[in-house]
Amino acid sequence: MLYRESGDFSETYKADSQTFPIKFDRYRYYAVLIVAFLVIPLVINDYWANAVLVPFLIYAIAAIGLNILVGYCGQVSLGTGGFMAVGAYACYKLMTAFPEVSIMIHVVISGGITAAVVTVFGLPSLRIKGFYLAVATLAAQFFLVWLFNRVAWFYNYSSTGQITAPDRTVLGYLVTGPNTEAWSKYLICLVFLTISGIIARNLTRGSMGRRWSAIRDMDIAAEIIGVNPLTAKLSAFAVSGFFIGISGALFFAVYLGAVDVGESFGIQKSFLVLFMVIIGGLGSIFGSFAGAAMLVLLPVLLKNILVGALGWDTALAAHLEFIIVGALIIVFLIAEPHGLAQLWRVAKEKLRLWPFPH
Amino acid sequence: MFPDQFLFGVEVVINGLMAGVLYALVALGFVLIFKASGIFNYAQGVMALFAALTLVGIMDGQVPFSHLINAIFGTDVHHFGWHVPAFAAILMAIAVMVGLAWMVQHFIFRHLVGQEPIILFMATIGLAYLMEGFGDLMWGSDIKKLDVGIPQGGSFWIEEATAFLGGSNFYGFFIDQLDIVAAIVAIVLVVLLVAFAQYTKQGRAMRAVADDHQAALSVGISLSFIWVLVWSLAGFVALVAGIMWGAKSGVQFSLSLIALKALPVLILGGFTSIPGAIVGGLIVGVGEKLFEFLIGAPFLGGATENWFAYMLALVFLVFRPQGLFGEKIIERV
Amino acid sequence: MKRLATATVAAVMAAAPVMADLVFPSLSYRTGAYASGGIPFADGYADYMTLLNERDGGIGGVMTRILECETGFNTEKGVECYEATKGEGALVYQPLSTGITYQLIPKVTADGIPLHSMGYGRTSAANGKVFSNIFNYPANYWNGASLVVNHLLELNGGDIKGKKLTLVYHNSAFGKEPIRTLEELSKKHGFELTTLAVDHPGQEQKSQWLQIRRERPDYVTMWGWGVMNQVAIQEAANIRFPMENFIGVWWSGAEIDVLPAGDAADGYKAITFHNVGDDFPLFDDLKTYVVDRGKAAGAGDQLGTVVYNRGLYAAMLASEAVRAAQKIHGVSDITPAMMRDGMEALEITEARMVELGMPNFGPSFKVSCENHGGPGTGAIAQWDATSKQWSLISDFMATDMSVIQPLIDADSAAFAAENNITAGCS
Repeated sequence: MLYRESGDFSETYKADSQTFPIKFDRYRYYAVLIVAFLVIPLVINDYWANAVLVPFLIYAIAAIGLNILVGYCGQVSLGTGGFMAVGAYACYKLMTAFPEVSIMIHVVISGGITAAVVTVFGLPSLRIKGFYLAVATLAAQFFLVWLFNRVAWFYNYSSTGQITAPDRTVLGYLVTGPNTEAWSKYLICLVFLTISGIIARNLTRGSMGRRWSAIRDMDIAAEIIGVNPLTAKLSAFAVSGFFIGISGALFFAVYLGAVDVGESFGIQKSFLVLFMVIIGGLGSIFGSFAGAAMLVLLPVLLKNILVGALGWDTALAAHLEFIIVGALIIVFLIAEPHGLAQLWRVAKEKLRLWPFPH
Repeated sequence: MFPDQFLFGVEVVINGLMAGVLYALVALGFVLIFKASGIFNYAQGVMALFAALTLVGIMDGQVPFSHLINAIFGTDVHHFGWHVPAFAAILMAIAVMVGLAWMVQHFIFRHLVGQEPIILFMATIGLAYLMEGFGDLMWGSDIKKLDVGIPQGGSFWIEEATAFLGGSNFYGFFIDQLDIVAAIVAIVLVVLLVAFAQYTKQGRAMRAVADDHQAALSVGISLSFIWVLVWSLAGFVALVAGIMWGAKSGVQFSLSLIALKALPVLILGGFTSIPGAIVGGLIVGVGEKLFEFLIGAPFLGGATENWFAYMLALVFLVFRPQGLFGEKIIERV
Repeated sequence: MKRLATATVAAVMAAAPVMADLVFPSLSYRTGAYASGGIPFADGYADYMTLLNERDGGIGGVMTRILECETGFNTEKGVECYEATKGEGALVYQPLSTGITYQLIPKVTADGIPLHSMGYGRTSAANGKVFSNIFNYPANYWNGASLVVNHLLELNGGDIKGKKLTLVYHNSAFGKEPIRTLEELSKKHGFELTTLAVDHPGQEQKSQWLQIRRERPDYVTMWGWGVMNQVAIQEAANIRFPMENFIGVWWSGAEIDVLPAGDAADGYKAITFHNVGDDFPLFDDLKTYVVDRGKAAGAGDQLGTVVYNRGLYAAMLASEAVRAAQKIHGVSDITPAMMRDGMEALEITEARMVELGMPNFGPSFKVSCENHGGPGTGAIAQWDATSKQWSLISDFMATDMSVIQPLIDADSAAFAAENNITAGCS
């Protein structure tokens, strides 16, 4: 009943091969965009921006990046924290070296620099597979964190080793620094997320994405039919690095404002983004959004319920939070191992027929 | 007699071997579970923490869930008042870990048979979160001293016996007594585990399950029993690792991070080989300490151990992708 | 989801009493790697405020309220806690974490709330002309480094030329703080400085301590927090390093750090900016009004421990600043801006501390706009393993401001330049 598909047919090849061929899906997508761009900035406040929405947007970009690498191309990577740090430090060096240039350009260039670095660390993937590769990317993680801690040039020789984002504006509105309005932080992250999502969706739908999936499914067979594993794997690393670098730059410049590399980009960050990707669903752009939403919103929600509404002891609440998150992950995986994206796909299929059973 | 730098180097190598053994202890748990069920158990470090917490809790006569009980009922209980001797406490802790293994198998992995490795990995991550919160809730998150009678401190007689080797600036080799005890325990454990796997019926059944689940089922081996057995063994190994590390630094949250040190050991030794865990551990231990001594501290400012262990493992992997002793990866098209 | 959260907020608002009170957010960490240090501090902070409520009916007639928020020493959670609590009229923030402090420095300045990073955080915040909302009295890390060197000078009759000092530090912003100052002091006094980094969390320090055993420095000082402290002291005992030559910073000098090593830790020293032990009339009051009434924040067994006393001291300083603010502005229910003025005008005298039941609990000092860092004095405490007690072995001594002040000026000027702040006093 919701999906009125009769009479909805394409007249051109272009219309047939668009991302959302069904009209209802398209309108839903536009509605989400309208709410996100026009409604939320008007009602958002500091807490919602800083504690919930901005981290969600930024982690969603990182999850998209990692999903391309792990979900679409099958190369498990645990170096996400270190790669985000590359994005952050690249952005910092660019911001302090070229203060007149717009921060949007700096973020994109940081993404490019991160893509280059990640490609270098992706070279072992040509020889190593599976969990072994995951542990090898940990080498990248620890090395990068050590590097940014040790080499003073990266933090402009400050005596503390921390980097702080100077104030920058876009179209006259502050986007970094403490005086930024909640809506402007939100909007800049949203703009980057939307563009990243569109690029990622189209890359994964095209021949690039098919090459990646072929490598993931059966890399030897793929090589036999003519997919070059070198370019496919390295391009996956590069594209993934680009998105992760952007998310790292935004994480530093817009969300936190000041970072200490060991604390903010440690191994915990790598595992967190990997969890988002797995829970959301491997090989699905929607899954990246869903996983990021769950792992950002769930702890905040739990905290607000347990401490805020029920008034429990903070230590007790923190322990219970761990237990509930862990139990939810397990229950979830038993019920639907392919993640939230699979649940969504099944729901959508059922909705298309509803109220008819088949 | 010998130049000081050379003697220092030898001391670093010996201590590296000792450290490597401690890493190998942690890695053993990973290997056991991966070998039998193909699951990479992210929760191994948290299991070591939980085992150590349980041991200390039993020994000190702590009331489990005291924080929760006090919060709900408004009471103020913390200790039962008794002290359990170390040996009995260890036996009770082993019983708890066996119970835990059964619960994990029954409630989690029984429902995930046949899933992809990454899903199983994710399930162990959920398990890690769960056990961490549960352990903190049960025993509290403050730091606890673990004392099962293992001596600590440098071993005097070794220092005095070897002091003659160097000049006036050399004071003999420093070897920690705890490390010596840990090395002996680890070697005994490995020998026992290898003997178990080779010569007992259950051990052979375990190897059969590791090889091919279907074939093992077809000869009548109970998969769930073997998995409970394997998780219990891993729990026991986690307890031993938890005791060794907990005696060094107290039982608290950071204990679960020792799992990260075991990962390079696993890569080097191969995910499926028990002797490989020891050899890998030794190589990683010596490699990282020697690197720190020769290059890290003088030229790179120190604190290089963490990433060098991984770099070393990475280099090994490039030449031998399945690790030194792992099963050769055969891919069928 | 939004509906649920709104309902939650509405429920909380409806449940909260609608009377005026002084809100003190407590960004504590009772879980995670540093819980053993975070728990007693949060307990001490909360207990002092409870005491004021129970015994005096609040400060200036207005009741105090502690808003506890669990950060787990994690920066992102610290930001979330800040955003969640700032709207409730929070008067002063004390995150007890250098990482979270760095995060909050620009935010609190923009939001007009003061932040008290007592003995941690960004040292150059002592320059109130640049950091208008940040205070770190009574002492900061650079004072601490100078204090260690002054103690060494005292032990050696004023001359430490040629002696070797090794700094074992946590490889983070916190641990790196004293390095610049120690380098300047080593040039001034002629001693040799080596630095050894320890990676987080500091569970493994064998290499560093073997190096110390090889190099045999005369003195070792440590800048650690959490499990790094216990392991370092244990390793130092293992290599039989003489404990009276091992001096830790104030965050490395608590009971939890030395107890695991047992008798081997006897003689270990640490610097401190407040007094230790429970031999103060204040503790009788705490027992009567807080512990016996069942309102203690923790189990009630930490009274008198070093970090608990630090929490008490922080709460005392905050409440005295509230009093100063109430006096300046003439109202009892103050705003955060008034609190900032109160902190800038704070004066702690020995007479006042005696009145509060804490004689000689800390140094006497006066805060001013130029100097948000207080006197920079501190004392040396030593651990006695037989009686299991810390005790002061010196008075509160001054530190070498001639070396430290130029460093403060340089660092705060760099911060001001990077962030376009015009330095000046109102």
